[in-house]
Amino acid sequence: MEKETCTFSFCQKPEVVVVEADLLLIGGGMACCGAAYEAARYGTPKGLKIVMVDKAATDRSGAVAMGLSAINTYVGENKVADYVKYVRADLMGIIREDLVADLGAHVDNSVHLFEEWGLPIWKKGDDGFSLDGFQARDEGKALLKDGGTPVRSGKWQIMINGESYKVIVGEAAKAALEYNRKATGMDQNLYERVFCVKAYKDANEPNRIAAVAGFSVRENKIYIFKGKAIINAAGGAVNCFRPRSIAEGQGRAWYPVWNSGSGYALGLQVGAELTMMENRFVPARFKDGYGPVGAWFLFFKAQARNAAGEDYCTGENFEASKKLYSPYVEKLGTCLRNHMMMMDMKAGKGPIWMNTHHAMDAISKTFVEKFGEKDAQKKIKHLEAEAWEDFLDMAIGQAGLWASKNIEPDKTPSEIMPTEPYLLGSHAGCAGFWVSGPGTIPGTPKEWFWGYNRMSTVKGLFMAGDVVGASGHKFSSGSHAEGRICAKSAIALILDEPNFKPVIKETADEISAELYLPFEVYEKYKTFSTDPLTNPYYIRPKMLQARMQKIADEYFGGCATWYMTSKTMLDEGLKLLGMLKEDANKMAASNLHELLRCWENYHRILSVEAHARHILFREETRYPGYYYRGDFLAINDAEWKCFVNSTYDAANDTWNFKKVPYVEIFA
Amino acid sequence: MFRKEVQGPEEVIVTHKVLVQYKYNHTQKEVRSMPSYVITEKCDGCKAQDKTACQYICPNDLMALDRDLMKAYNQETEQCWECYNCVKICPQQAVEVRAYQDFAPLGANVIPMRGTDSIMWTVKFRNGILKRYKFPIRLTAEGAWTADSIFAGLPEPNFDDLKKSGFFNGPAKAE
Repeated sequence: MEKETCTFSFCQKPEVVVVEADLLLIGGGMACCGAAYEAARYGTPKGLKIVMVDKAATDRSGAVAMGLSAINTYVGENKVADYVKYVRADLMGIIREDLVADLGAHVDNSVHLFEEWGLPIWKKGDDGFSLDGFQARDEGKALLKDGGTPVRSGKWQIMINGESYKVIVGEAAKAALEYNRKATGMDQNLYERVFCVKAYKDANEPNRIAAVAGFSVRENKIYIFKGKAIINAAGGAVNCFRPRSIAEGQGRAWYPVWNSGSGYALGLQVGAELTMMENRFVPARFKDGYGPVGAWFLFFKAQARNAAGEDYCTGENFEASKKLYSPYVEKLGTCLRNHMMMMDMKAGKGPIWMNTHHAMDAISKTFVEKFGEKDAQKKIKHLEAEAWEDFLDMAIGQAGLWASKNIEPDKTPSEIMPTEPYLLGSHAGCAGFWVSGPGTIPGTPKEWFWGYNRMSTVKGLFMAGDVVGASGHKFSSGSHAEGRICAKSAIALILDEPNFKPVIKETADEISAELYLPFEVYEKYKTFSTDPLTNPYYIRPKMLQARMQKIADEYFGGCATWYMTSKTMLDEGLKLLGMLKEDANKMAASNLHELLRCWENYHRILSVEAHARHILFREETRYPGYYYRGDFLAINDAEWKCFVNSTYDAANDTWNFKKVPYVEIFA
Repeated sequence: MFRKEVQGPEEVIVTHKVLVQYKYNHTQKEVRSMPSYVITEKCDGCKAQDKTACQYICPNDLMALDRDLMKAYNQETEQCWECYNCVKICPQQAVEVRAYQDFAPLGANVIPMRGTDSIMWTVKFRNGILKRYKFPIRLTAEGAWTADSIFAGLPEPNFDDLKKSGFFNGPAKAE
């Protein structure tokens, strides 16, 4: 097929704005908000210009946009070494322990800031019961940093009133950026509604990042942001796989649907080395509404059972799983609980129920015994409100679904089910880039440190949040802390090399032509058919996504095959994905919103390609319950207890793979 | 919007425009009332504001303003996460959410009233049960953090520590 090019013969040429920053932050979520805060403090006295680019509005952008009911990483009274061991166990033994330990040592500082900024954090009352943020304040409970006792729902999790979590953290980040802007005299240093499409390397210094280009989603304008250092925190990848709901419910992804793989795509296209992209997360959540189960499991002590009331993680399922997955199955990592749940589902023993009613029943019995009928009722009411808040803070759609189905959790159980796969590195997954560690953790191999903490293998390109590989379970607080870690080391690099001036060889015209190609294609061909939606000369973003999702679902181990794939399936799927990648040259957009969707979906395609190729390279089933290699169904520690790293050569469209030894630092 | 100039014979363009408009009119009615939806009578397009609130806040670029009607709508409802940010921010309370119909039975709704320090929720079940909850949302005043206040009273950065662990405001946890 003939390749399309954009010569602006059919669509308007956009205005091009070049922004020269010292430190450039791509993303507006928790990680970049952390980076903005720390960078403004260190960078401002040195006159460094900090610029942040967010595809949405920072008040409500990123994975915490809706809110959260818990902060899942607060080390507090625990030991950092235990945090590392917990993360390692859940991620099946292969993590970068230097990164995880470094994160664990820094995360509490961010949580303390959140509380100072106004985030209400639950405290333990004198009677041992929980106090919400207002009650804790009114009773004069100490802040966490002053020794206040949080309400733990699990060993690492603390409960919050988190409806405005992102608003508060975003406000602090915007204030810090404004502090920097005023001091350095920039006109603007926060660009909202600008979507970053592609990163560019420096024209003079090989393998160094120099710029990122994007477009305004609101006006006919392209931006070229140059930076002496760039922090990429543009998020993970959602809806690469066909979701279980394919009509309007497909928006109700478990992780926010606006995580479009941009973080992966921006880095991998400039050749930054990836690690553990074979990892994915398939959370077991309340069916369809995808509401959180953590508080129900950990806080309310609810149990999940098959339809006969049996624990699917015991008996025959457990014994059978041991044969393939010992000694991991004994530790009951999240993926293995999925694995055994699905054994029952496949045997027709579903639905799988979260027995919320039994949990509430048990709690209310204890309360009545302890406090008498009257006080118990009050406490039960409070508890019920807490259960609803869990949803209303972070998965309102689930509250709506319960209301739609007349589900009162104290009377009726709710169905749970494994979702479609997600690619991310900050939650319970670890797909992302291979970055330098801090170099401060004893026992770390020396090749895991190349001068600047969290810098990728491309000089000057730092990674934070979802896109850092082999370091999961950071969650919101850890992502914020990691952004701050990044900011410090990025500023160190900028100050170390004051004479570096980023220059790119691509011209503004070339960049505009590339980014606006979907407009040119649409305008060129749209009158050929009477309905511009159906046209043989182009593909619209919705169909691009549908084809990608179908390929991923059917060949790369999605829900359609119970997460099963193999070499032969991956090979065929990759062949089809290759054609889709070619067809991306014919993406068509009729407006800025569709242009956004075109490029987002292109980013998803690159992300899921990396994912599939990593699964293909790793000849074992490392994450049973998340995906299976039917041709290598067991875990094979002897050959595969190692990282899988890859690099993508965009110029030649080729991939390079290697094994990198895993090193246990914390025995 | 992004068409440079009229291409091809005039009649083709005109016919095409009519067809596109027809298509638009006949599909939008169906499409415009899904997960988050805008109540026609209540929406005033944020005429008096400097920006359309729902369009400004939507994390997924879904809310759009119909300039002819001066009313907002959700332009791509199957990409709606039901995050309710458009609902919470609307000064007219014109935006609500109708749960995803591919799995949610009709008749329920969840309505927030977000204040400056707390949020009130009303959950109406399909069978009519009503539940109301009020939760704290923040303990500082909205807008408390500005360029002047954000670092006030905090330690100055120590550049000797730039390559060491810890943040400007405190050391890393020792163990």
